[in-house]
Parts: sequence; structure tokens; C-alpha cells
Amino acid sequence: MNIRSILIANRGEIAVRVIRAAKALGLRTVQVYSDADKDSLAVQLADEAVNIGPPAAAKSYLNIEAIIQAAQQANVDAVHPGYGFLSENADFADAVVAGGMVFIGPNGASIRLLGDKIAARAVASKAGVPTVPGSDGSVANVDAGREVVERIGYPVMIKAAAGGGGRGIRVASNLEEYERYFPQAYAEATSAFTDGSLYIEKMIESSRHVEVQILGDGENFVHCFERECSMQRRRQKVWEEAPAYCLPENVRQDLCNRAVALARQVKYKGAGTVEFLYDQKTQDFYFIEVNTRIQVEHTITEAITGIDLVQEMIRIAGGEKLSIKQEDLRVNGHAIECRINAEDPSKDFMPWPGLVDELTIPEGDGVRFDTMLYPGYSIPPFYDSLLGKLIVWGTDRSDCLSRLRAALQNFKISGVPTTIPLHIALANDADVSNGDFDTKFLEKWLVTKFVVADNKSEEVA
Amino acid sequence: MAIIEIKSPIPGTFYRKPSPENPVFKEDGADVVETDVIGLVEVMKTFHEIPAGVSGKSIRFIIEDSDPIMAGQVIAEVEG
Repeated sequence: MNIRSILIANRGEIAVRVIRAAKALGLRTVQVYSDADKDSLAVQLADEAVNIGPPAAAKSYLNIEAIIQAAQQANVDAVHPGYGFLSENADFADAVVAGGMVFIGPNGASIRLLGDKIAARAVASKAGVPTVPGSDGSVANVDAGREVVERIGYPVMIKAAAGGGGRGIRVASNLEEYERYFPQAYAEATSAFTDGSLYIEKMIESSRHVEVQILGDGENFVHCFERECSMQRRRQKVWEEAPAYCLPENVRQDLCNRAVALARQVKYKGAGTVEFLYDQKTQDFYFIEVNTRIQVEHTITEAITGIDLVQEMIRIAGGEKLSIKQEDLRVNGHAIECRINAEDPSKDFMPWPGLVDELTIPEGDGVRFDTMLYPGYSIPPFYDSLLGKLIVWGTDRSDCLSRLRAALQNFKISGVPTTIPLHIALANDADVSNGDFDTKFLEKWLVTKFVVADNKSEEVA
Repeated sequence: MAIIEIKSPIPGTFYRKPSPENPVFKEDGADVVETDVIGLVEVMKTFHEIPAGVSGKSIRFIIEDSDPIMAGQVIAEVEG
């Protein structure tokens, strides 16, 4: 492999995760940090650390110039972007390469292609991946779209081509709403993303979110099975599972094979995720988008396959051929990841940074906690609220759930409110235990079923 | 005339404007009523409106736009 040193262009738990993978490969690690992160665990663990600016992400972790300069100064061979921040910014990938280094991920052209929702949909279609019924490409104006909505039926979603993560979406249940929302969506897309292009998709009313982990070296492509991430609040994933319990075996095979076909179509290089909606009633699945980065929930795929995805993506970027063959991959058991956020479940999930006094981390067979926390760490208010991820593996889903319940009981983070009480309640819920939930489940459940004691005193959190 | 402090209930970054291009919620010296929004606090990528919570005259901001703020820290004072 022609990478001997890497710069981590990220922060938080994923920076720690990347440093661990790099160290396992014997690489020198250089961590960038903002003024707010000088005491971070990633800075302590890395071989070297470089300050890249003030706390505001726009002036540090999103500052391409500052990061490239830090990488060149530290004389690293490669840059790992983590997730979020610049991880899916094609200009950043290009700038890393122009600076004489390797970008750990697909090249700028692939990121650009797959990041454009309309282009990605066309690529998926071409590779034989089913897409949600809708407009083929962008819709020029409200009249052109009227034809589409009458063909596919209501409700429909009006989406911004440059959107993503749930942003820039409007739902219309009839023609009148469609005609009212289209101009609004256009204005919003123009101001939020500068690109006002819109497209239309049929809304699948009861769906589950399933996604396939792919790996490619540009010539060889494999899937590492799928994850289910239907448990969402405000379109943010809260709890993820692998494999997807809801899929019959024949559907799983088909879904995973189509994701590989898509990877082959674009000669994918690196680790990526192909996201789908799954309609449990009809057993149909539909392509949503490709994420060209490592994802937060990659850990559960690692738990059921034994692959270290972060090490694998570094090796691929370093010019190695994919070492894994599809026929060698098997699903072993079941894994669940709980996102532990610095949010107060008793106060509508208000984020709450602060000082972590004590930390009791669950241990045991199949239990893993990826985190940026240490006792005495002060969580800064400037970034997202993810503190860590509890990953629990079991021989099957029911074994996994009982280990998860035990792990959560032995889990204490004192000093700040966290989402641990939410996960305890979910792990003990009958519908969750039966695997009976869709993407709308959690928000309804929070209103009708969730009771949480005020966890101001975090002793019991 | 008593001076009443308006404190931030949450930690984060304080903003006097709804967005960088907009004018401030309240000019220095303005009068406020309880429901008036005097600023935003951004914490962990979410924005929260801060109501004055009191009625008073001639508001004076202690915290500058874009400054970091702690929970319980005084944002502004009014004459009550």
C-alpha cells in the first residue's frame, strides 16, 4: 500500500474511529482540530495535531484551504474525510488530489455524479435498479410536472435536486396542493442550494429504510449485506440494525445484487452505501440515493461480517485490490447500533452540551462503544450532538436484543442528559422486539408511548 | 428603577439577528415585552429563539452578536 500517513479531516467519534483503523495499519496519524477541540480524544490519540481555525465549522472543518494547507504542512500521503463536513464535497476531493495527496473515498467526478439526485437516479435506472415512480430528470415548470403527478398518483414529493438528508422536500396530496407547493419548493431550492432544479417522486406511504454497504476498487465490487435504519426522528437515524429483519431471503439477495450492479456501473472505488425504500406490503424496493462516504452506522455491518470497513477503504485508496470475495461473505448473527446523543429526551430532545463527570461503559461479549468521550471531557456546543454509538451483537435478533437491554442497564454518562433512556424504552417495547416498525414509527411512538422521567439528575441516566 | 437581567436558558452561540442578512431582533435602547424575541441561541446545530421573558424599557445587550454563551449567563438588561 502506498499510504504511510493520513490526515483526519473530521472530529468527534469518527475521527477516533479512523485513527484506530490507521494505527492498526501502522500508519502515522495527523488530526486537525478547531480551537474548540484542542482537548478532544482524537487530538490526544493522534501522533500529531494541527490547529485549523476557530470553533465555527465554516471556518475550520469546512475550510478546504486550511485543511489542505495543514495536510501539506504535515506532509501526509492521504486525507480521510470521515462523514458529514467535507466528506461528500467533490471540490474537496479534487483539492486533495491537486495537492499531491490521496483522497480516501471515490474521486471528485464520482462524488459529483452520485451527489446529484437526478443524475444518480438515471445511473441507477441504467444499472437496472428500481427507482421510485416519478419524473425522469428535472421538471422544468409547474405545467410539465402536472403531467407527471397525474400519471403516478398522489401523494407526491416535490424534491430539490441539490437537496438531501430530508431537506428541500414538499408533499402534495392533490393537484391543488401540488400547484401551490411547486413554486414554494422552487424558491426554497434556489435560495438554499442555489440550484433550483426540482424533481417529482411518488411518496411510498409505509416504507422501511434499508441500505446496502458496498465496497469497490474500481474493478471488483462486493456488497457487505444490508442495514435497516427505519427508526428515525426528524429524518435523523436513531437506531440501526443489520441485517434487515424485514427482508425475505430472496428479496435480500436481489436488493444486494442490484446495489453491486450500480457500483459496477460507475466503477465505484471505496466504501459506499446504496439507500432504498422498502415497501413491506408489496416487497418492492426503490433506489433513493448513494452515499459516497463511510456512514455513522457502518459498525453494525462490521459486527455481522467481521470486516473492518475503515481499514478496507484506506487499503483501496492506497492502491490495493479488494481482498474480499463475495462468496466468502456471510451474515453472522444480528447487530443493533444505538446513537447516544447529548440530548434531553424529557425536553423534546433539546441538545445539551457540558462536562462529562463519570463514564461507565458497558462491557461484555459482542458489546462495542465507539465514542469521543472520556471522564472530564467538556462537550463543545458548536457541533452535532452525537457522543457515541453503542453496538451490540448477538447470535440472532432476539439474543441481540437481550444483550442490548443488559448493556443499556450498565451504561452511565453523568453530567449531561443523553438519549440512553430513549434506547432503554425502545429495547423494551413490544413492537420493536417484534421488528414491527416503519420510518414513521418513532415519531408516533414518542407521542403515544414514550414516558421518560425528567433526567435532570443524570445519576440514573 | 430596577434593572432586570435577561438570561440564556441554554448554552451555545448567541445571535442578535435571525440570519446574517437581516436586521437585529432588537436595537439597543428598544423597549421589550415578554413575548418579544431578542435573539437566537445555536446549540449543536439547532437554533432556539430567546424570548425577553420580561417587559421593560431600554434594552442593553451585554453579549455581542455571534458570541459564545453559557446557560444562565446574562444576555441583556432592561429597566423594569
